[in-house]
Amino acid sequence: MDEKLAKKLRILADAAKYDASCASSGAPKRKAGPGELGSTTGAGICHAYTPDGRCVSLLKILLTNYCLFDCAYCVNRRSSNVRRAKFSVDEVVTLTLEFYKRNYIEGLFLSSGIIRSPDYTMELMLRVVKALRRDHGFRGYIHLKTIPEASPWLIEQAGLWADRLSINLELPTEKSLEQLAPEKDAASIRDAMGQMHDRIAEAREEKRRFSPAGQSTQMIVGADATTDAQVLNASATLYRDYDLKRVYYSAFSPIPDASTVLPLKAPPLLRESRLYQADWLLRYYGFQVEEIASGGENGMLDLEVDPKLAWALKNRHLFPVDVNRAEREMLLRVPGLGARAVDRIVQARRHTTLRLDDVARLTSGLKRARPFLVAADHHPQKRLDREDLRRRLIEKPEQLRLFA
Amino acid sequence: MTLHRITLNDGADLDGFRRAVRRLIADELAPQHVIFTITDEPDLFGHESEGEAPPVSLPRALGDMIGLVVCHRNPERYALLYQLVWRVLNGERELLDIPSDPLVHRLDLMARAVRRDLHKMHAFLRFRRVGGEHLERFVAWFEPEHFILEAAAPFFVDRFRSIEWSILTPLGSLHWDRETLVLGPSACREDAPTEDGFEAGWLGYYESVFNPARVNPKAMRAEMPKKYWRNLPESAAIAGLIQTAPQRVEQMIEQESTMPTKRKPERALDAMWDQEPKSLSALNAVIAEAGPLVPGATQAVFGEGPAHADIVFVGEQPGDQEDLQGRPFVGPAGKLLTKALKEAGIDRDKVYLTNAVKHFKFEQRGHRRIHSKPTAGEVKHYRPWLMKELALIRPKLIVALGATAVLALTGKQTPISRSRGRAMFGDVNGYITVHPSYLLRLPDEDTKRQAYEAFVADLSHIRDLAKADLKTGELPLAAE
Repeated sequence: MDEKLAKKLRILADAAKYDASCASSGAPKRKAGPGELGSTTGAGICHAYTPDGRCVSLLKILLTNYCLFDCAYCVNRRSSNVRRAKFSVDEVVTLTLEFYKRNYIEGLFLSSGIIRSPDYTMELMLRVVKALRRDHGFRGYIHLKTIPEASPWLIEQAGLWADRLSINLELPTEKSLEQLAPEKDAASIRDAMGQMHDRIAEAREEKRRFSPAGQSTQMIVGADATTDAQVLNASATLYRDYDLKRVYYSAFSPIPDASTVLPLKAPPLLRESRLYQADWLLRYYGFQVEEIASGGENGMLDLEVDPKLAWALKNRHLFPVDVNRAEREMLLRVPGLGARAVDRIVQARRHTTLRLDDVARLTSGLKRARPFLVAADHHPQKRLDREDLRRRLIEKPEQLRLFA
Repeated sequence: MTLHRITLNDGADLDGFRRAVRRLIADELAPQHVIFTITDEPDLFGHESEGEAPPVSLPRALGDMIGLVVCHRNPERYALLYQLVWRVLNGERELLDIPSDPLVHRLDLMARAVRRDLHKMHAFLRFRRVGGEHLERFVAWFEPEHFILEAAAPFFVDRFRSIEWSILTPLGSLHWDRETLVLGPSACREDAPTEDGFEAGWLGYYESVFNPARVNPKAMRAEMPKKYWRNLPESAAIAGLIQTAPQRVEQMIEQESTMPTKRKPERALDAMWDQEPKSLSALNAVIAEAGPLVPGATQAVFGEGPAHADIVFVGEQPGDQEDLQGRPFVGPAGKLLTKALKEAGIDRDKVYLTNAVKHFKFEQRGHRRIHSKPTAGEVKHYRPWLMKELALIRPKLIVALGATAVLALTGKQTPISRSRGRAMFGDVNGYITVHPSYLLRLPDEDTKRQAYEAFVADLSHIRDLAKADLKTGELPLAAE
């Protein structure tokens, strides 16, 4: 690989890394036919992990980091003095294919700064994707960042070639968007998400291909005064109205040559992690935003305990729950029991009566679950009402798992 | 009772274990009377001379579990599996549905460990290119924890079907020549290439995507344990990245924000939003560039007529003739339309004719290409172009020919029988009538003639409407 291309790659990978999404999941299973290259596995594969704990699954790059937009939070805003570069269509194609053949990546995540116009930029991105799919028989994963300001027919095109489309909302309220991203407009973002949602649903019905892995988005956390409850409400609306596959939360992180209007401090990683946990509760555990928010104070999540535990501690009258009899919905609300553990409990108890040792074999979160559970040989008695229960269950910070 | 000894081959000896289970079950030998040993001298004694015992029917989930657990490194794997098989066949048919059972739990963990090892092999194996300019061949060296080489193979075949590759491991090797997969002997690290032209680029990529403000080596090691590092080229960067992270973050935080060195690009910003096609020909170029949604069409068939016609007729999609000639309404239905227009006193050259869908979609039957109706999703795919086309022409009246045109113009499915007549398409006056191809399909002559007369009547009505000076919502009352 020649020097010049390697240099560009460094600049344009660095410029793309503030996008949290790197998932390669959700595409229908595909195999390479004769003369083709690539496959998709459904669940996706992380080919490496960087020392920030994040997964490297796709070649995540910008086509260019030149940009006409001036979004305050963005490292690539036009008023920043970062180094700029631009790939040619062929260069992106070569990098994707050569990296793929060496098993470094699952595919391509292509985004771009806006040059000349949104349409022009989107057309360039489409040329890359079409070249990969049509000229090189590439069957690997492709995630395309959609430019909501581009003409609707370009969004139509994008869905035909990509496995996943995404538009980053970046800021959960219209006010923040207005303040920090002057060229962006909440209405056109919603229109584009709506268009993608309609087309994804229709294509699924007609068994055609249109962004088969759905669409996702990202919100920046900690760049302004938005509360966790506001962020989660925005997510709940997105999941409901546009059937989003994922909302990513990205703790606002110091960037080189940052804008003066934003706080320059360590990224609120713990807050980000709590938001991911809360997001899971919304999607897989039957929680409402208000319930999750009630576990914390003033619309902010409790940073010391996970949001399910925070909720349970404030709703102790609903516990303990009997593992051998409780409804699935209620088991899902027990701190320390994940959805998988709950399924296994429900499966096992059809054939046997569960004791505490049995539960220990079905979940790794027994310590947190114990005070809230009844098993054949276990009852928490008064432990559930103890004043110091919360203190005893606070996890040590290094035990936190980051979802991102 | 004496112990019965079963000797199995080293590695994942699924066949040997299956044969043994059949024999043991046929002989009704309980697990406590059996010991499993493993030999690294395959087939020293040949297979047991007692012959094959009858197959044993096991629940599918158990078969899957055996397939995974035999790959595990633990020498107890066969004994544990046989215990499970014995219990399932002796009164505990549903044992696998009880994941809390200690034996099931233990085997579950082993199966999971194998699955994880497979997943990590798919993820962390790195190919290096060997051979010259023309012959592309890739070779990888990998050290799996369990006996998973064969189980891991289909993934690499499915993915890298069109390239030649070899995977070398201390427990055997795989070789793919683009057609067949061959299992080979064990290899050593020295057999694999040590360099690759893209590795430096990959290392640079890996370093660049790391965010020093989020450093968290523990989370990295949880997913990418150190045991894999020695075969991962990018691991060379890890120590340096962690070490320099704090000072990089400090620098970013302390650095004073700089003034933009370039002035605001006012002209580029003004021009940025002026992006949409400004003429029909510019729009048509965009459509042509996009290519057909459903493969097969010869070319895109654009609308035709004066750029600012008073009336626009919207049909469904080009047919066989249209596709070949690249012009709308030139086939049998188009000829019928031309005739009816003439009878209604409309000059075909003065109106604009176009289609909701711009490419021919067909089914090949012998030499004939039979028109195939576009789906709702396909119609909507083309809709933004149609909308733009109409916005550029700004006609007084839009005529929808048939249900597909109505769908394209309104976004909704409506049967013609109920909506025929005047309509509004957005804030433009419209008219809904049948597609001329409907007239061609009618079976008997009488109905055909009546339908044709009704169609011509609609067209006459359309002519009158377009002549009147129409304003939104103020349609003149014309004879029905």
